Amino acid sequence: MTLFGLRVPMVASLVLWAALWEVVGQAGATILIPPLSHVLVRLVEIVPTESFAEALGLTARAFVLGTGIAVLAGVPLGVLMGRWEPADRLMLPWVNVFVSAPLSALVPVIMALFGFGELTIVLTVVLFAIWIIVLDARAGARAVSPSLSEMAQSYGAGPLQAFAKVYLRAALPEILAGIRLGLVRAVKGVIIGQLLVSVVGFGHMFEIYSSNFLMEHMWALLLVLFALAFAIDGVFARLEKRVEYYAAARQ
Amino acid sequence: MNRVVALRAGPAVAEPMVEVRGLSKVYPGGVEALSDITLNFPKGKLTTLLGPSGCGKTTLLKIVAGLIPASAGEVSVGGRKVTGPGPERAFVFQDFALLPWATVLRNVAFGLELRGTGRWEREATARRHIEEVGLKGFEDAYPHQLSGGMRQRVGLARALAVDAEVLLMDEPFSAVDEQTRRKFQEDLLALVAGKGKTFLFVTHSIEEAVYVSNRIVLLSRRPSRVSEIIEPDIPRDLPPDRIRRHSAYIDTVEEIWQGLKRYLE
Amino acid sequence: MAAAPWALRAASFVVVFAAWEYAGRLPVNPAFPPFSDTLVAAGEMVADLSLVAALGVTLWPLAVGVALSSLAGVAAGVAMGLSRRAEWLFVPVFIVLQAAPLAALIPILVLAYGVGLLSKVMTVCIMAMPVIVLNSFKAIRHAPSSLIEMGHSFLGSRRQIIAKVILPAASPVIFAGLRLGLAAGFIGAILAELLISPTGIGDLITYHQSVADYPKMYAAIATVIVLSVLFIGLLDRAEIALFRPERRSAR
Ligand SMILES: Nc1ncnc2c1ncn2[C@@H]1O[C@H](COP(=O)(O)OP(=O)(O)OP(=O)(O)O)[C@@H](O)[C@H]1O
Ligand SMILES: [Mg+2]
Repeated sequence: MTLFGLRVPMVASLVLWAALWEVVGQAGATILIPPLSHVLVRLVEIVPTESFAEALGLTARAFVLGTGIAVLAGVPLGVLMGRWEPADRLMLPWVNVFVSAPLSALVPVIMALFGFGELTIVLTVVLFAIWIIVLDARAGARAVSPSLSEMAQSYGAGPLQAFAKVYLRAALPEILAGIRLGLVRAVKGVIIGQLLVSVVGFGHMFEIYSSNFLMEHMWALLLVLFALAFAIDGVFARLEKRVEYYAAARQ
Repeated sequence: MNRVVALRAGPAVAEPMVEVRGLSKVYPGGVEALSDITLNFPKGKLTTLLGPSGCGKTTLLKIVAGLIPASAGEVSVGGRKVTGPGPERAFVFQDFALLPWATVLRNVAFGLELRGTGRWEREATARRHIEEVGLKGFEDAYPHQLSGGMRQRVGLARALAVDAEVLLMDEPFSAVDEQTRRKFQEDLLALVAGKGKTFLFVTHSIEEAVYVSNRIVLLSRRPSRVSEIIEPDIPRDLPPDRIRRHSAYIDTVEEIWQGLKRYLE
Repeated sequence: MAAAPWALRAASFVVVFAAWEYAGRLPVNPAFPPFSDTLVAAGEMVADLSLVAALGVTLWPLAVGVALSSLAGVAAGVAMGLSRRAEWLFVPVFIVLQAAPLAALIPILVLAYGVGLLSKVMTVCIMAMPVIVLNSFKAIRHAPSSLIEMGHSFLGSRRQIIAKVILPAASPVIFAGLRLGLAAGFIGAILAELLISPTGIGDLITYHQSVADYPKMYAAIATVIVLSVLFIGLLDRAEIALFRPERRSAR
């Protein structure tokens, strides 16, 4: 599936779905689905408001901080696990547990420990994003060819140098793939965190909209979030493409 | 010594089993793989397609198998026009194409299974062919437990089990080691002599082609045409090592090499 | 040598539980009970059956939702993999949905279907479905073409090739999707109980948190995590037993 080959039909069929949405909404089949055009009008209304800017700012901060921590902690941990057997044996079972555990159950623990503020949301993001980043970085470090690590040793690279100059670079394709998956999970984490905390950010806005039955507002906010999530994924997919030549050259 | 038939095969040696007339193939995207190929494959003989990599040997074989359509021209097998795969043809794949989740027995019986043959009957047939290719005792093994040579024997047994008259073999021995390969070549000769089936064989190895073939079709570079047809005149009744030292064998190898070398320069 | 991985695995658990115990005894935070207290609390909750009852309640929407998403999701993904038209129409939607924070839909589900079982089942479905659909689609689309060609050459009908070649070849990736779907379904089930209306494990978590009985809260959370790991392991076994006889002996 080439990027270009995907793009063309994709937009076309999404337009079709948007049209269907509009028709269903106009027909008034259910109050749950207002016409897309109304939602878009509402969207234009909401976006410039201060509460939206505030929520977006908080979400963006929590997202950037959370993924930043997840990457900075997860990548070295993963590379360490990939290169050093004891660390791997010790930590892999736990990483495997948490990568598919119902993390939403752990959010209340974070709330109990750190309160109902931004820190909780940042930590939720870390919790959601980090495990897959660790696993992929580990896979990447394990895939580094033995001759490359022997080369580093024979030229007298210390462990830190070898880490930074050899393993990190050589494992880059997998690391980036892991970060991309981590970002998708982080987006989910930041929203789940806010929904559960529900007194800040978009979680708060949803709370207000749903208690007042503001369907159009709700969908408008959803559309914004979907678009943001998709944009983040798209941007990162591009970045990943740039590094692909590494992987091709390595095989 | 060797009868070199002129371009565009002259009078057929034996009754043709597979006839290819004016065949061309242009892949979507514009790669012209075959250009106006006309060829006969005599019944009961082994004909080898030999040519530089990428010249369209696999393409020709797959068109004969009915797996891909031709752009122009036609193929007929046993007098009937090919429009798709048929029961009178069986393919032996270069990468074996075995089902990894199925035992040797089921893999060998798979062609019959797809034809709706009853379980008891197809397994009995499969067991016979497993024994014939020398894999008795491995009926319940899975492909990943076999060596490359053994896997190819499974692929061969599967093709034999459907009892097709025409066997299409695309570099069947390229993924096995040299010793196994030589053993295979001898088995193949016995098969050709014993069964009266028609073989279309693709290989990269000139020696292999000369050793096993009744006829060798040299293809030119893409878009491929028939550049020469050679019928090695080698005494088949000699033991293998004598054949490989026979002057007819050595001369034919050299002759083909000289013919192919032009394309490499 | 055969025992060594087991020993290291056990060591890995011992280390983490010991650290948990130590941190709990300090204590690092009043809301962080030691491991031993949590274990005792879990024992009590098993004894008074509250944990068992709660699990029954939580597993119900989870089971229904995951079963529905598996059946519908695999069917839809397989259809998209087999038909270019279905791919064009549906795949973009699911790509968007997979990247999107679907948890944000929960408030709308509550408005639509109330706080009952239906909303919870729907929550599980929207979390689990996209990954199941997309994995099934990719699995079918990437079924090895050489095997399909083999099927054609031996005169397999389209139906036979789908049933005897494509589906078995696709089963590992489909099952990977089911595992991810099950994990996402667990997240959804817990989220639904925390957000929509407190029942089952979600109720135990919120209740014990509100009365500051942290050992019991942690015990409830640990139980769902253990349960999710167990279920995902079971799914692995089921796959091998049903579809992958060649890996039975390898295990
Ligand atoms: N599906 C396809 N689409 C486009 N071009 C193709 C396709 N399959 C093969 N080709 C092209 O057609 C030409 C002939 O391919 P083919 O596989 O028949 O060659 P070959 O003689 O079997 O080569 P080799 O000896 O390496 O196996 C090649 O240039 C190849 O790139
Ligand atoms: Mg080929």
